[in-house]
Amino acid sequence: MKILVCISHVPDTTSKINFNADQTAFDTAGVQYVINPNDEFGLTRALWLKEKQGATIHVVNVGGPETEPTLRKALAIGADEAIRVNQPATDGYSVAQALSAIVQEGQYDLVIAGRESIDYNGGMVPGMLAKICGYAFVNTCIGLEIEGSSVTAVREIDGGKENLKTTLPLVIGGQKGLVEESDLRIPNMRGIMQARTKPLHVKQTENINSMSQTLRYEKPAPKQAVTLVENAEQLINLLHNEAKVI
Amino acid sequence: MPILVYAESDQGIFKKSTQELISFARAMADQMNTEVIAAVTQDPSSADLGQYGAHKVLNLENTLLSTFNAELVADALSQVARATGATTVIVSSSANSRYMAPLLAVSLEAGYVPNVIGLPETYTPITVAHNVFTNKATAFTTLQSGISILGLSKNAYGVHQYETNAEITPHEVTLTSSSVEITSLDKASNKVMIADAEVVVSAGRGLKGPENWGMIEELAEVMGAATACSKPVSDLGWRPHSEHVGQTGKPVASNLYIAIGISGAIQHLAGINSSKVKVVINTDPDAPFFKAADYGIVGDAFEIVPDLIQKLREFKAQNA
Repeated sequence: MKILVCISHVPDTTSKINFNADQTAFDTAGVQYVINPNDEFGLTRALWLKEKQGATIHVVNVGGPETEPTLRKALAIGADEAIRVNQPATDGYSVAQALSAIVQEGQYDLVIAGRESIDYNGGMVPGMLAKICGYAFVNTCIGLEIEGSSVTAVREIDGGKENLKTTLPLVIGGQKGLVEESDLRIPNMRGIMQARTKPLHVKQTENINSMSQTLRYEKPAPKQAVTLVENAEQLINLLHNEAKVI
Repeated sequence: MPILVYAESDQGIFKKSTQELISFARAMADQMNTEVIAAVTQDPSSADLGQYGAHKVLNLENTLLSTFNAELVADALSQVARATGATTVIVSSSANSRYMAPLLAVSLEAGYVPNVIGLPETYTPITVAHNVFTNKATAFTTLQSGISILGLSKNAYGVHQYETNAEITPHEVTLTSSSVEITSLDKASNKVMIADAEVVVSAGRGLKGPENWGMIEELAEVMGAATACSKPVSDLGWRPHSEHVGQTGKPVASNLYIAIGISGAIQHLAGINSSKVKVVINTDPDAPFFKAADYGIVGDAFEIVPDLIQKLREFKAQNA
């Protein structure tokens, strides 16, 4: 089985979010980058599939050379090869198009992407990629079992879950639940050493077009200070009369 | 060019988010001098969508649409968009719409912007404000495609009343089977869902153990609220993952969010930031949540929550 895990290179969850002087781009100064958490759950699930039933795992990112340390980290965790599509990630559609070229060239059986990246929160790349490639698609996937080309999957829905049956080739939008937080792996020294010599291919794509363009960013206005109250009665009074939410 | 709304329903009931989508589409339609077409997949005769602003209701009569399947809904809506000439499609931020919309976007070669928080600031081309960085910032994005799909954030616009007489017409779509088959559904029918809830009662490690959640559930019941929890609580297995709210969990955009024994890590605050009114109850006055909250009580949850339950019962009895 050939598995492709799509890796977003995102600011660490504790990052302060700032923009450049004219508010047109994210300010990367001093920001630590990590593997997008939703992607990391998927990468770990891919490693389990490899260990249990045999698979090769490639990881891919669409972005500039600055994303390579994140791909190396995925290699150190256990992926076999990495691919960087040398293209700025302008919008979800263009990223999905770029990835579709990689998927079609590599003939992957299973593509695992996170349900959304924690930076731009588009949540559209996995579905768009599946549709462009003609693969089956399961979003917010919290359970995945594969036997031959048959797949059973669990999808988280609002207020519950849904059990699904499908077949490879398949794209999933993964998240916590595919594996648990405690299952995530920290690269060890051996993994880090091996990752240095594992292949990292840089590819170019053609005929990519964006469907949208972000013009500017704004940060929320500073919040008013909290109103402290002494007891339940005062709280209910304020929620009813002032905030009007009960 | 009309505006198409995917009017989701749950067991025959049109959700509040659907009413909100229709009102939002109507305000756009009035600006664009066009009409709102609501596409429904369940018999809409019980609900008058005209009162929220719809001009027309298309009933997509196809037995394959009786349960939600993202591929089939996307296929159906793309046929409706083509047939009606719609150049704007409005969807919600439900799990189902988020699953379906990217498939529809590829079918229609449409641009798709989710997490939209208000009416467009320009209409030709469409430029909208939407939340990014898990609500830590807003982006203003222009769509460059012939067809635009907007995913409206819950509670971002509100429901508005109209007196439009929306005519309901059957609309045929041709569907083949899907590559994904739903074998079973596991859904609590008596619980308020976080996604739909007006009020969310959430608790963290301050509650000391899963055995202490009785009062949280009781408070939620009194308030008609959904229950939620912080990440550590779900990681410890005290509560199911489906209750985890925050950056890597579920987003919350309720009217009222009550955080009990949650310190307020940046990832948690990001996930609940879209809620209108935030209340914190915590013993530690330096807990970061107090900086994000509108109202706070510094104190012991084990004393305050039972008192709150009792006072709310009295309040409800008086205001019933």
